[in-house]
Amino acid sequence: MKARVHVMLKNGVLDPQGEAVRHALGALGFEGVQSVRQGKVIELDLAEGSSEADVTAMCEKLLANTVIESYTVEMS
Amino acid sequence: MRAAVVVFPGSNCDRDLAVAFEAAGAEVEMVWHKDSELPQGVDIVGIPGGFSYGDYLRCGAIAAQSPIVRSVKAHAERGGYVLGICNGFQVLTETGLLPGALLRNAGLKYICRTVGLEVQTSDSDFTAGYNAGDVINIPIAHHDGNYFADDETIARLQGEDRVAFTYTDNPNGARADIAGILSQNRRVLGMMPHPERAADAGHGGTDGVALFRALAGALTTA
Repeated sequence: MKARVHVMLKNGVLDPQGEAVRHALGALGFEGVQSVRQGKVIELDLAEGSSEADVTAMCEKLLANTVIESYTVEMS
Repeated sequence: MRAAVVVFPGSNCDRDLAVAFEAAGAEVEMVWHKDSELPQGVDIVGIPGGFSYGDYLRCGAIAAQSPIVRSVKAHAERGGYVLGICNGFQVLTETGLLPGALLRNAGLKYICRTVGLEVQTSDSDFTAGYNAGDVINIPIAHHDGNYFADDETIARLQGEDRVAFTYTDNPNGARADIAGILSQNRRVLGMMPHPERAADAGHGGTDGVALFRALAGALTTA
């Protein structure tokens, strides 16, 4: 089974990389991009029987820094 | 004073930090990230700058889970001293020994130059050699030095006199111009600037010397 974890900077935490991407899109002529937030996706290949709670524990301990980041877990 | 300096794969300021401790009179032992115990009788652990584990995942995140850092945490919880510089500061926030986190610099660029720091408190064994309000010149060299914490945490740090140093001209977007902070018991200091790079006349500046001397003074008589 697989899990996909999305990690994003929390709202209210400045994302200078997202800002730089927004500027670059504007420079390329893409209009109307009001904001860009950049995050990361972490894919986990898990042994059968692993639970979403296991992945949540991984996020809390290592995969996300909850001082600045939020995360969502998708199991498939 | 007995000091231990932690070496991770990717540390690059470990030897400079050891030299600065030695110059202040410390006996220094290097400890490897896979070691699980600190040497007996260590007063202070230095966590040096660099790019531990290639900055994978987040700066300091993997180092914070290494065997040696578990014993550094236990050492701090027993009231031991810890000095984390640059990547070492990032490691300390990732372990939770210090609050907040270090984000990418607001200008997105890696910055390597000497900056002015205002000493905010002389009430710690790290900063007792300065007067509050002194401006000292210390080099910075980082890409992720933009200190972030929520409003409540910033207010608590300020209210408890735990901001050790602020930038006189904020280079990286850090909240409240914060360059270095102390733990509640004032025995753990994390700072982005490198006092060990301003510790010898050959460095072009010696404003960092007072930090190591103050520590040596406090920890030798203790």
